[in-house]
Amino acid sequence: MHPLFARLRNLGLYLLAWIAPAAILAYLLKASGGMAWSEALVLSFPLCLIYASDCLAAWYPCKVTPLEQSGFSRLVLTHLTAAALMSLVWVGIAKALAFALERWAGFSGLSQRLSSSFALLWTTGVLLYILSVTFHYILLAEQATREAQARAIEARVLARDAELKALRAQVNPHFLFNCLHSISALTSSDSARAREMCILLADFLRATLRLGGKETITLEEELALIRGYLAIEKVRFGARLQMEEEVQNEATSLLIPPLLLQPLVENAIRHGIANLPEGGIIRLGAHCREQSVAIEVENSFDPESPSSMKTGVGLENIRQRLHARYAEQANIVVSSNDGRFLVKLHLPAQLSSAVIPAGAGGEAERAVEGPAVASRVTTS
Amino acid sequence: MPEKKIRAVIVDDEELARQMLREMLAAHPEIEIAAECANGFEAVKAVTELKPDLLFLDIQMPKLDGFEVLELIGTGRATVFVTAFDEYALRAFDAHAVDYLLKPFNAARFETALQRAKERLGEKSSHPLPAPTELATSARAPKQYLERVVVKDGTRVTIIPVAKLDYAEAQDDYVAINSGGKIHLKQQTISSLEAALDPTRFLRIHRSYIVNLEKVAKIEPYTKDSYIVILTNEVQLPVSRSGHTRLRALLDQKTQP
Repeated sequence: MHPLFARLRNLGLYLLAWIAPAAILAYLLKASGGMAWSEALVLSFPLCLIYASDCLAAWYPCKVTPLEQSGFSRLVLTHLTAAALMSLVWVGIAKALAFALERWAGFSGLSQRLSSSFALLWTTGVLLYILSVTFHYILLAEQATREAQARAIEARVLARDAELKALRAQVNPHFLFNCLHSISALTSSDSARAREMCILLADFLRATLRLGGKETITLEEELALIRGYLAIEKVRFGARLQMEEEVQNEATSLLIPPLLLQPLVENAIRHGIANLPEGGIIRLGAHCREQSVAIEVENSFDPESPSSMKTGVGLENIRQRLHARYAEQANIVVSSNDGRFLVKLHLPAQLSSAVIPAGAGGEAERAVEGPAVASRVTTS
Repeated sequence: MPEKKIRAVIVDDEELARQMLREMLAAHPEIEIAAECANGFEAVKAVTELKPDLLFLDIQMPKLDGFEVLELIGTGRATVFVTAFDEYALRAFDAHAVDYLLKPFNAARFETALQRAKERLGEKSSHPLPAPTELATSARAPKQYLERVVVKDGTRVTIIPVAKLDYAEAQDDYVAINSGGKIHLKQQTISSLEAALDPTRFLRIHRSYIVNLEKVAKIEPYTKDSYIVILTNEVQLPVSRSGHTRLRALLDQKTQP
């Protein structure tokens, strides 16, 4: 259905706008056909009312020949043909109207006077129709913009949903079960280490909950969380798990979404180190570029293990989170060669001070406690 | 009367998990720990050489997972799975596991598992168990096809990714798996191998042959109503009439998605 019919007010405005062409037409009829004002007006107003409704039909050809996708010649041909025909019909209606007025309303000689203005009337009709085509294209463009906005909002809501889901699934229950089993094994042989591991685990879980609720955290906070996580896994894997850090000092204060890197490190263990009898190295790197920061998580893996190929879901999650937040400004590149698996993230460099907006004071305060908790993780 | 000791092998890639089992077994003088293994390869080797009565087996391990280990070593002993993942329990019992210990477990739960294992060992001779590879097939999760084939030759284990499998040929109780010009014999029926392979990638073209569709170079008529396929490595295989119909249908499907 034509969008103007959706709201009565818009239809009224549209008809009101036609008063101007009606007045001009009356003037032209008077000037060229030698009609009296009364004759010209009594002809032009009903004619314009009829043509106003006729011109709404331009909606359909406009819709099937969208501006961007149709060739110029096709556009011109479609709309000029329609204009010529519509206007021709209109001239016919004018003739009938003049005849009727002459016969029943006592405007004698009106059809005679009108016939000298046929060419003028037809030209006006063509121009008015083209004006209507323009109007409809504007209407369509506006409708498209509104739809695009709605889509963008919807996409954002979806992305937000995905992010929340990702965060909720963050702590892998099997990690917990294995961890509890290690603690249980330690209780009889080395109770002090068992207690230490309980504390490591508690600190890690607490940090996950605290950081997961935030919009952004500093890279240093995320790194502290990862160090806590690796300290726990180190108890399980012993010498098989080795860790290297190459983080630029400037990068540590940059802001990133919370728990962005921890799943990557977890993947590195689950699909990499855990499948290697001799274990391997996980390397974490972060380097500042001009406007962005490059973060790398690299690990050894066994190319023959089927589990090495099942990294898709976690990575897809991260890709979606990055896209929802930074759109085209961030990306994630995965590569593997020679027994090394590398995930490279690029995100825009955001500095703490630049992004904390008014009203986020509480968050900033909480962010300050971060490193304190983190240092407890590593020293305890 | 000096009773014969039960010999056990512990397989887990985590030292602490092995230590815990060792401790719990220490309370049982009738059980002797014959070996401890940290991955699937070691496990296959130890079990083949030492022939233990009892096996504590982790599932997620480097190289070979617990099910693959079981497939290679057969069922000639009582196996207790020890894992943090509960989703494998059904598969484990399908593979005739004695028990399934979920980490973490306590001493009482461990004793139950051990009791069950002893009962199974007592009745061992009276119940012949099905062949291990048939078990592995029935224990596979539905809709999940083999990603690799594991073959044991003595204590040597070969892992063949299915993409590198050219064709398989039935030979009595064995299948000969041809991969890159090498032949590996595996004790399995060709039907159970067929069932374990992805039917969109592998096809039984003949009573005795399964072929990897990616390796098929051409199909040629042989006699009046029989055909042969020629593989990319120029090996020729016979095609039965029903095999030919299925092959045509599959290849047509692939060329017009």
